[in-house]
Amino acid sequence: MAETLKVAMPKGRIYKKASALFRSAGLPIPLDVDETRKLVISLPEAGMEFILAKPVDVPTYVEYGVADIGIVGKDVLMEENKDVYELLDLGIARCRMSVIGLPDWKPGITQRVATKYPNVASQYFREQGQQVEVVKLNGSIELAPLIGLADRIVDMVETGQTLKENGLVEMTSIFEITSRLIANRVSYRMKNDEIQALCDRLHKAIMSEGAHVSR
Amino acid sequence: MSKPKGFEKPAGVRDYLPHAVTKLRRIEREVLACMDRWGYRQIMTPTMEYYDTVGVASSTSDQKLFKLLNKRGTTMVLRSDLTAPIARVMSSLLKDEPLPVRLSYHANVFRAIEEEAGREAEFFQTGVELVGDDSPEADAEVIALAIESLKAAGVERFKIAMGHMGYLNGLLQQVLPERAEDQESLKEDLLNRDYVGYRNTIASLQLAPRQQEQLEGILRLRGGREIAGQALEISSNDLARASIEHLCKVWEVLEAYDVSRHVLFDLTMLGDFSYYTGMTFEGYAAELGSPVASGGRYDKLLQQFGRAVPATGFAIKTNRILDGVQGSEIVEDLPVLIRYTASYRKKGLAKAADLRAQGHTVITSIIPDHANGGDEGAPVISGSLLHRGYREIITLQ
Repeated sequence: MAETLKVAMPKGRIYKKASALFRSAGLPIPLDVDETRKLVISLPEAGMEFILAKPVDVPTYVEYGVADIGIVGKDVLMEENKDVYELLDLGIARCRMSVIGLPDWKPGITQRVATKYPNVASQYFREQGQQVEVVKLNGSIELAPLIGLADRIVDMVETGQTLKENGLVEMTSIFEITSRLIANRVSYRMKNDEIQALCDRLHKAIMSEGAHVSR
Repeated sequence: MSKPKGFEKPAGVRDYLPHAVTKLRRIEREVLACMDRWGYRQIMTPTMEYYDTVGVASSTSDQKLFKLLNKRGTTMVLRSDLTAPIARVMSSLLKDEPLPVRLSYHANVFRAIEEEAGREAEFFQTGVELVGDDSPEADAEVIALAIESLKAAGVERFKIAMGHMGYLNGLLQQVLPERAEDQESLKEDLLNRDYVGYRNTIASLQLAPRQQEQLEGILRLRGGREIAGQALEISSNDLARASIEHLCKVWEVLEAYDVSRHVLFDLTMLGDFSYYTGMTFEGYAAELGSPVASGGRYDKLLQQFGRAVPATGFAIKTNRILDGVQGSEIVEDLPVLIRYTASYRKKGLAKAADLRAQGHTVITSIIPDHANGGDEGAPVISGSLLHRGYREIITLQ
């Protein structure tokens, strides 16, 4: 008998895209799960159980094994650095991690960088040989250069609309971000068949969707 | 950081109260007894070693080694595993011992951790080393013993994944000859369990489709005995072939042990320890989020201490099993309480000695003079972490 897969799903931006991808992979996920406020959703037909978590917490749930697999952005994986398998690039929620500043930015004596991703930011600037002070903020990062808290920011850019509206420019792109399928180290072995089967179906769906997008 | 409060302990270490110790000791006793029945004799080595000897030889990454300075300023480490210390003993105290040598151990080991909770700075390992035998028979013996040990510890649902360092090395040599840097970055991806990164690295190497297929193929090499055949289709390099043949022989022996149903092939697995040279394996329990056992062959390690002999072994993370094994509540004998007044002291204590000699647990307690007998002055039991009640209360007055 196939075992139930516990799937940590990120609430918010990625969630609907992920459940749509599951559907296009042929998994019977009812449409109403997209709107529910439940935190744990049982999906016996699909052999799964969704656990709705804050995106940054998804790798934690998976690392501890309370969820077998999870869906999470590469941005979170880079920042959190958890010991999990990164199995599949789902190709959804595509965006990038970038360094952003005011158009007339010049390196000052003390450089401050505001970000939600302090680990990613410090590593990037260390590798560039730049000495910066990293300021951790939890939201509205774009505010920081506008009011003088920091002279640059490191943040996710999807369309660039917010930046444009606030008079900011994208200076460098650090890495590309998409959502990834991750797995717990033990579940990956104990539920090998179920996870491999899901991977194969998702992979197929991603390939056909990719062909569709690129026409 | 502010000054710690009086009752605080450092992050990553823990206290074990008596009920947990009882359980832990039982797991440890059962596992060591099991290893003993297979002819592995227990060894103890010091908690502290030199950084330059055992510290360097142990494959724990430098920043995870717990380092100290002694009075002369020499760098010391708290042992991060027992494999390197045992290699040192094999090359010194036991250097003339005829091979093979079978040793077992139970010990606390240390890792310097970052502030993060959930990863332990001190934990317990129970394991074995089989030194001086490079045959598949020896590798199968330690895997079979690992399985027996997990059973002895009370783990019911578990699996062992078995791989071989040589297969990946052979495949990489074949597909990317003379490209050490690219080989390293592919290994790095696999070691980080980053399959997406692995595929991206392959794509960036601009290889012919057949070569790409070969490298990507390894990601699917997980499963039963049939994996061996698929692996040989992907790479026919000499090293890869020899590695698969070795694993097949190990499998054959495991079938004879009648434990192969617990084992699966996984050629994507690289042992987390850099000293592994051949077969590696990991054990997983259904109830636990991270591996409970790991082991493998390390044929080059003893050479670093001056005795070039092959070896294989494994360690179980004993305290992790403690967190996962729920079903086996231990029924303990409750103690007998003997209470006596001052004039009955001699009689009471003699009675206690008598019962203890018969193997009972006895606690004695004096009834103060001002008490009028009854239950006054009897120890409080309810709501206590330690007291479990008494089998019998004997009052002498």
